[in-house]
Amino acid sequence: MDNFRAHVLVCGGTGCSSSGSATLIERFHEKIAENHLEKEVKVVRTGCFGLCEAGPVVIIYPDGTFYSRVKPDDVDEIVSEHLLKGRKVEHLVYVDHATREQNAEKKLDEITFYKHQHRIALRNCGVIDPENIDEYLAMDGYRALEKALTQMTREEVIDEILKSGLRGRGGGGFPTGLKWKFTYQSQADQKYVACNADEGDPGAFMDRSILEGDPHAIIEAMAIAGYAIGASQGYIYVRAEYPIAVKRLTIAIGQAREYGLLGEHIFGTDFSFDLNIRLGAGAFVCGEETALMHSIEGKRGEPTPRPPFPAVKGLFGKPTMLNNVETYANVAQIILHGAEWYASMGTEKSKGTKVFALGGKINNTGLVEIPMGTTLRTIIYDIGGGCPNGKKFKAVQTGGPSGGCLPESLLDTPVDYDNLIAAGSMMGSGGMIVMDEDNCMVDIARFYLDFIVDESCGKCAPCRIGTKRMKEILDRIVEGKGEEGDIEKLQRLAETIKATALCGLGQTAPNPVLSTLRFFRDEYEAHIREKRCPAHHCKSLLQYRIDPSKCRGCTACARVCPAEAISGTVKQPHVIDPKKCLKCGSCMEKCRFGAISRE
Amino acid sequence: MSEMESKYAELRQIIEAHKDWPGALMPVLQGAQELFGCVPEDVQKIIAEGLGVTLAEVYGVATFYAQFSLQPKGEHVISVCLGTACYVKGSQGVLDKLSELLEIPVGATTPDGKFTLQATRCLGACGLAPVMTIDSEVYGRLTPDQVPAILEKYRKEA
Repeated sequence: MDNFRAHVLVCGGTGCSSSGSATLIERFHEKIAENHLEKEVKVVRTGCFGLCEAGPVVIIYPDGTFYSRVKPDDVDEIVSEHLLKGRKVEHLVYVDHATREQNAEKKLDEITFYKHQHRIALRNCGVIDPENIDEYLAMDGYRALEKALTQMTREEVIDEILKSGLRGRGGGGFPTGLKWKFTYQSQADQKYVACNADEGDPGAFMDRSILEGDPHAIIEAMAIAGYAIGASQGYIYVRAEYPIAVKRLTIAIGQAREYGLLGEHIFGTDFSFDLNIRLGAGAFVCGEETALMHSIEGKRGEPTPRPPFPAVKGLFGKPTMLNNVETYANVAQIILHGAEWYASMGTEKSKGTKVFALGGKINNTGLVEIPMGTTLRTIIYDIGGGCPNGKKFKAVQTGGPSGGCLPESLLDTPVDYDNLIAAGSMMGSGGMIVMDEDNCMVDIARFYLDFIVDESCGKCAPCRIGTKRMKEILDRIVEGKGEEGDIEKLQRLAETIKATALCGLGQTAPNPVLSTLRFFRDEYEAHIREKRCPAHHCKSLLQYRIDPSKCRGCTACARVCPAEAISGTVKQPHVIDPKKCLKCGSCMEKCRFGAISRE
Repeated sequence: MSEMESKYAELRQIIEAHKDWPGALMPVLQGAQELFGCVPEDVQKIIAEGLGVTLAEVYGVATFYAQFSLQPKGEHVISVCLGTACYVKGSQGVLDKLSELLEIPVGATTPDGKFTLQATRCLGACGLAPVMTIDSEVYGRLTPDQVPAILEKYRKEA
């Protein structure tokens, strides 16, 4: 292996790729060649660094200098200054959101965004080249598989996972070890291991980042699971919308086969195991386990009632063990370091760490991995940096369309499965969307219902018809046509759907409405009774007015109005005709005298 | 061989390659969607015959998943992300602007076959919200004002 004096790590995750990191890599190669540094400096395209807000991100080792929002033209300077002369390019160094410092000497784990984190599932993301198995091997890769196969019985492996307290990271929180145990206990000529990588929760992208940044960790864990439960075949069901993840997984599976880490007689034992990828085709319900298995079978992805549970009768009618990507990402580490180590982190009933995708109205959007029990406040303020533009925090949404919105008063809740459910939301797969004072909570509830109506598979009536009725009521409310009794109707429908829907999608669909009703009922009432949207978001309820005492009659507003709703003569106060007004807000933006108000 | 005939031949190859896979219908439909840009009835018939399943089953699967379309899409497919992170940062405004400028509702294709406008679920690029993609090009941190100039770029192409 060649020895390089410096490594340039460029994030090749989806976020940074979208903001042009591929061009950066090309430019680095060009400039490094121009300066004849090919033998001294290596450019590595890694997975996601987590801090998407600062993308595209470049880190240079051995110093660990963290450059953010790097543009192609900046590459010349980084190469000629940092790599050639050893002088860090101060003005490109990441500005720490908390300290406002631009300190080139700071190591990655000293940056506020990373300081509170503990990366287990994400440990290799942004560190290794995911397309190179040797880099994974150098990070103790496949050592857990070797340990399991050569030093542990199948029962011991299951026991280790059980004792670690690991719970399903897809959101349900079912103890992973139990799932393994049940499938192990099923008798059959063929069993399957499956991986749920159909990350459909809008606003969650941790599974994607793990697959893109550390695909071998999933392959290794699935092989360990295959050994434990007695399966020789595994399937990874990935969203087709994740092309980079699919590509890297395909490469990784090929390399693992080449190295004999998949296939016949792995590590010289009797254990044989192979993996195949199946692509999803754009159906949210396929994240539900029975629906996902039907989709792998080549059928419509409709759920079926349980029991029978997949551990007894799953894929192709055989016992199947399905875990989520992030769950698998913890497995090899648990086998290597032991259940006790893992269980030493977290809360009483939720062990280890959890990855969250921070998004929405927050300064540091990105991926964070924190020990269970960290408070929402630490995640949102200390790591996330709070709401941008000085806006007031209103709510944080967790659990996607199955979860709920939590208000400021609950920010000191330590995050774990049980606390979030008690608070009226749920863990979900880990999307965490922050909302500020400009977001209308009734509209957010309507947004989630809209999603559910669209994604309901239509098999059972409560979900197919019930969610549609709920959405119609919410549509009316945001349009200013809400009536007394609507809230009660919503509540009744919600309870009925929860109690009677066939699968998890339907049973949890009313949660966004129920949680916003619980914590933001006043917003619903303002819409219904006063025909007013407190967040000034719902267009039908907005009124723009010109204050005649402030208006100078400059005509700027009348000229910008697309609906010709503003009239008046030059140097005289203007008026808005509410019947013609489209409520686009252009006039308010244009007015230099602050004469236009919105209520 | 005409272009269509060679595509049909390619489809038969895809069917042949997957025929013995368990659950072959999904990968075959995915191959067909990529090859033809849609899966119209004649394509479904060939798949049904090739895999030995009923046309009803093929149609059932093809209409269940958002990825498959029965009609061809426009030359450029514009997808605006309506995932939560994008939505709370105003992607609906971007979508409305596009709909207004293209004079088509969401989900439709312009009469000249140039653009298809669609709303999509989370693209996982939440750090860049609000996001849209035109074909495989990603546009992030968008405002409705930027939309006309972006569209113009694609309209100008010969």
